[in-house]
Amino acid sequence: MGNVPSAVKHCLSYQQLLREHLWIGDSVAGALDPAQVPPRGPGCPHPFAHCQLVSLPETSQSSGLPEYVKIVEVGPRDGLQNEKVVIVPTDIKIEFINQLSQTGLSVIEVTSFVSSRWVPQMADHIEVMKGIHQYPGVRYPVLTPNLQGFHRAVAAGATEISVFGAASESFSKKNINCSIEESMEKFEAVVKSARHMNIPARGYVSCALGCPYEGNITPQKVTEVSKRLYGMGCYEISLGDTIGVGTPGSMRRMLENVMKEIPPSALAVHCHDTYGQALANILTALQMGINVVDSAVSGLGGCPYAKGASGNVATEDLIYMLNGLGLNTGVNLYKVMEAGDFICKAVNKTTNSKVAQASFNA
Amino acid sequence: QNIVPTPIKIKLIDMLSEAGLTVIEATSFVSPKWVPQMADNAEVLKGIQKFPGVNYPVLTPNIKGFQAAVAAGAKEVSVFGAASEQFTRKNTNCSIEESLQRSDEILRAARAAGIPVRGYVSCALGCPYEGKISPAKVAEITKKMYSMGCYEISLGDTIGVGTPGVMKDMLSAVIHEVPVAALAVHCHDTYGQALANTLMALQMGVSVVDSSVAGLGGCPYAQGASGNLATEDLVYMLSGLGMHTGVNLQKLLEAGTFICQALNRKTSSKVAQATCKL
Repeated sequence: MGNVPSAVKHCLSYQQLLREHLWIGDSVAGALDPAQVPPRGPGCPHPFAHCQLVSLPETSQSSGLPEYVKIVEVGPRDGLQNEKVVIVPTDIKIEFINQLSQTGLSVIEVTSFVSSRWVPQMADHIEVMKGIHQYPGVRYPVLTPNLQGFHRAVAAGATEISVFGAASESFSKKNINCSIEESMEKFEAVVKSARHMNIPARGYVSCALGCPYEGNITPQKVTEVSKRLYGMGCYEISLGDTIGVGTPGSMRRMLENVMKEIPPSALAVHCHDTYGQALANILTALQMGINVVDSAVSGLGGCPYAKGASGNVATEDLIYMLNGLGLNTGVNLYKVMEAGDFICKAVNKTTNSKVAQASFNA
Repeated sequence: QNIVPTPIKIKLIDMLSEAGLTVIEATSFVSPKWVPQMADNAEVLKGIQKFPGVNYPVLTPNIKGFQAAVAAGAKEVSVFGAASEQFTRKNTNCSIEESLQRSDEILRAARAAGIPVRGYVSCALGCPYEGKISPAKVAEITKKMYSMGCYEISLGDTIGVGTPGVMKDMLSAVIHEVPVAALAVHCHDTYGQALANTLMALQMGVSVVDSSVAGLGGCPYAQGASGNLATEDLVYMLSGLGMHTGVNLQKLLEAGTFICQALNRKTSSKVAQATCKL
């Protein structure tokens, strides 16, 4: 775009930019005093220590957007599960989750009680569940694909569970080795048990905007599966664009259909950023009244269907957009960036978050 | 950062022409002292194939550059303004007022030569020096450039700090003064917000969007950060929305692969990353 003389590059104070930066706001804490920023580590100055954050003027009411957005952090589960290169050590996972617990996030998906034969990355589910510090006001759901997993989860201290369905028959068979109908029967058993024990259950519907095997997925199918999960007692249904192929148009059509049967307050979106569409799709969902969004710190988790492609939308980039829109999340962006920095160093990978890339390289 | 050889530039532009794009910004007639990467501007403009129906605007920061551009065969030029006084001073060494005068000089000459002029307004959603930029200021500069004779004004989120709400507020103010059909958006993806911001602009009636194949061009204000919105990702969204662009995504991807290999760098386009299953 513009012609920027190279002299300019060295004159800029990026810290000054962040100081003036009214878009990175902690709308809950208000102005964040540099003194409140936690120390990074021995001898390491905080990159933003001298920056002040200013809370944003509220504009959400006039824009037709929800006032408050709940972020469901899936990095420790969905993210780490799909980081194929290395199996993350248990103590790193625990530290990661403990850091996330201090960011203001209210829901952190911790692990998956699935057979270690299928998902070796989650083999330490019991140790992780028992090892994390459960902060008051934060919920720690775990995946439980069947009754066996459910019971083990409860025994390990789980107080919230999730079940995973799909809007595609082929995906269901390839992913969990049974038809949609068979999977629903399994989930009924799990959700019923959960309800008996007053344990909330969340339902996921994969392939909501497209399937790696079947291609196009009809909105009607998504509604059918969502309705089933909602009807059996799931308090919330997270609609997942599993391979990130969705665009605002397909998101709108799918949501319009689902919202005929399920109230928007019981819906969430789980967008993958494989084709760079995630934030645009999330914006569309927000405009339609959805106010629960799944994301993963640092955009952890690749795409098992396209090698080298990205996966989850980065929590940092999501918060940046929500802050800019004047929406309340209760989450401290800087603390999330720190947790992201920690896990990326621990698994030796570069972050997928653009906000982190722009900030830590200043 | 490295200077790209002239034949590579020419090939890239030719491949983009083949991909169905109708406007390809070819080069910049600025002094090589400031921007050495564009020192071969005349050769590039003369060397590219001029496809029928495709425009090849070039940047002309002053009257001298304009004359050199016309001599080299330019049929369309662009002039740059900014909604920030400090950015204008640091970037072009003069005030907004002086910069508008320079543009006016070019516009007069261009009108006389029958050459259309596009205007750019930088820092439309934020400035690396001044921070927040008022929508009213953006509207003021845009209106001036439009009344001076620019047929279109591209509003740029130069440092990519904007979010959809800020985009909406800025466009609301500008649309009061300049018809939306004469507006374009130029979003940078430094904070990952480009596509969401572009979507908001489309919802407000903007129908011209700037982007760069493979998301070429970093951010001079944040080392390592990304810059332009990737054309492939933009086309993917527009196709999904059922909007006609005339662009062949496959050929576009090929152009992106070509230039990334030539520059020995990875693409910034997510669509390209997902498609190349290496």
